Amino acid sequence: MKQYRSDYLDHLESEAIHIFREVAGQFEKPALLFSGGKDSITLVHLALKAFRPGKFPFPLVHIDTGHNFPEALAFRDNLANSIGEKLIVRKVEDTIREKRLTEPVGKFASRNALQTYTLLDTIEEFGFDACIGGARRDEEKARAKERIFSVRDEFGQWNPKLQRPELWNTYNGRIHKGENVRVFPISNWTELDIWNYIRRENIQLPSIYFSHEREVLEHEGQLVAYSSFIRLDPGDKIVTRTVRYRTVGDMTCTAAVESKADSVEDIISEIIATKTSERGETRIDDKVSEAAMEDRKKNGYF
Amino acid sequence: MDLLRFITAGSVDDGKSTLIGRLLYDSKSILIDQLEAIEKQSKNREEGEIDLALLTDGLRAEREQGITIDVAYKYFSTPKRKFIIADAPGHIQYTRNMVTGASNSDLAIILIDARNGVVEQTRRHSIIASLLSIPHVVIAVNKMDLVDYSQDVYNNIVIDYAKVARATGLKDVKYIPISALQGDNIVERSTNISWYEGGSLLDILENTEVQKDLNYKDARFPVQYVIRPQTDDLHDYRGYAGKIISGVYRVGDPVVALPSGLKTRISGIEINGKRVEEAHVPQSVTLLLEDDIDISRGDIIVKDEALPKTEQELEALVCWMDAKPLVPGNKYLLQLNSRVVRAVVKNIEYKLNVNTLEKDYSPGRAELNDVFRAVIKTASPISFDRYDELRENGGAILIDETSNVTVGACMIQ
Repeated sequence: MKQYRSDYLDHLESEAIHIFREVAGQFEKPALLFSGGKDSITLVHLALKAFRPGKFPFPLVHIDTGHNFPEALAFRDNLANSIGEKLIVRKVEDTIREKRLTEPVGKFASRNALQTYTLLDTIEEFGFDACIGGARRDEEKARAKERIFSVRDEFGQWNPKLQRPELWNTYNGRIHKGENVRVFPISNWTELDIWNYIRRENIQLPSIYFSHEREVLEHEGQLVAYSSFIRLDPGDKIVTRTVRYRTVGDMTCTAAVESKADSVEDIISEIIATKTSERGETRIDDKVSEAAMEDRKKNGYF
Repeated sequence: MDLLRFITAGSVDDGKSTLIGRLLYDSKSILIDQLEAIEKQSKNREEGEIDLALLTDGLRAEREQGITIDVAYKYFSTPKRKFIIADAPGHIQYTRNMVTGASNSDLAIILIDARNGVVEQTRRHSIIASLLSIPHVVIAVNKMDLVDYSQDVYNNIVIDYAKVARATGLKDVKYIPISALQGDNIVERSTNISWYEGGSLLDILENTEVQKDLNYKDARFPVQYVIRPQTDDLHDYRGYAGKIISGVYRVGDPVVALPSGLKTRISGIEINGKRVEEAHVPQSVTLLLEDDIDISRGDIIVKDEALPKTEQELEALVCWMDAKPLVPGNKYLLQLNSRVVRAVVKNIEYKLNVNTLEKDYSPGRAELNDVFRAVIKTASPISFDRYDELRENGGAILIDETSNVTVGACMIQ
């Protein structure tokens, strides 16, 4: 008999496509939450594989904090344009104004937590019953325990003690009115898997993932992009460094790493050699408390 | 590089979390900031050394109580393989978690404390591994350091366990003496256990052949979604999107859509919009058919050489996963891959004691974590295989229509 072999990336890819199609088959009004980062760009690539030559059965939705990297926003618009899919953008700024929310203050005032309000409003506005996201279980301990189909109540809250058992490759997406499901097709991928897949599939990324010169503020060992969103204090020195980003979130809560890696190949070599995790190295918001992510997820965060 | 999914099972203090921590640590999958975080926590709890078990404790709620409440997934890789670990807790009340974690595992590591030998939980974990048809089992006799690395202790446990393996029908069982705490025989072979001649645990994990566990014989393709672009140039395009869960499909193959029984041929196979001549398990593809027959989500496209059963009644071993008990006569939804049908659990034949394999023929109702054999009647026909012959098309879930919760896992017999 003929020998068939499947590489681990083939398994992961097929699993993700299967999950995408389950969303299409089980829900009335899904959405793909798109951030402009490599994980959500990979999701778009997988969705193309799942649904072409048809259209996506969902729009791309971006919750714009107003603190995004301009390169990521330009990339987002180009991508949506080139694949001819619908892009919905909702701004945290508008939520702050309309709902009179309090803007966080401080050196690296982050709108990360306020995003949740805009997200929940957007879900309500369009009646989304499923939101597909690019979270991975290797990112963080709370994520490691979340289901691929994660049911949220009408406040978007995740209850880790009341999760549905998820067996085989069978996904139960039945919900009551008002609830929604967060779906994570690349749950089982690691950072390195993503990069290996990006290399294999030749997926294009925003330029900030590759080595470039940037004005940064060095703060407690992390390099934060100089922008109008951060507060400079006496003694702060802005320096120019050769950096790249490992993750792309808000300019206020994502740190750069010093690197000369200007190709996917070089980035993969650096990741293999690195001694620090993706979140640990680049996320300013996770350092606050051991359980920061667990708390945010319980409150409706992705 | 391929992929191995495995589950670790052990009693509360068998050192399961330490073992996983050790695998991650010694395979260098733990990074500095994660180590710092557990160092900090180890200090918080006033323990001397780094507690590797902390690497797998996910939620603060669990850390406070010092227990694991749910299945957690962990990842590591070596140049040979990517590994996905399902870490399921060992307490008695969490049978459902082990069933969940075991459902798509290729291999189970069952931990035995060398000081205690085969205990009730060892039997339970083995019975569940067997019920879920996990193809490979590794019996890791842990804490060998606490029995002075005694070969006699180890040999006696192996002899004892062989009886369990026989009774439960586990086929591929390997044994290894380890100390997760000391790192003996985890990644490298241990000099403390020189009498043991096999490879390290990681050797076993890297070299267990899983590719041939896939079934390339019986073709099964559950339809998930129909792609209909309805554009001018693709006006008549109708693509059946799904994942090949077993077997191989080629252009020109005669196929049958079930449960309708309508026959046609494959006119095209697409992967990523490109035409291919053949596709196989586990690929996600789009099938195009010669005739425009009525097929939608929930149907299964098979080849007519080895047909699944298509019936409205089936027997299954069911693991009950809900706090609300199951009373015979209750109605549920039964979901098998993409097909969802109304179902009624007619009667419970017997309840299986998962510690002893004894059968209780007058069970009345089934409670959380019970495993029982039942007759299930469905409102419309469903095409299924026996779970122990074709896991991918023999495992179904029961859903409570009022709560929408997954309440049962069915292994169709």
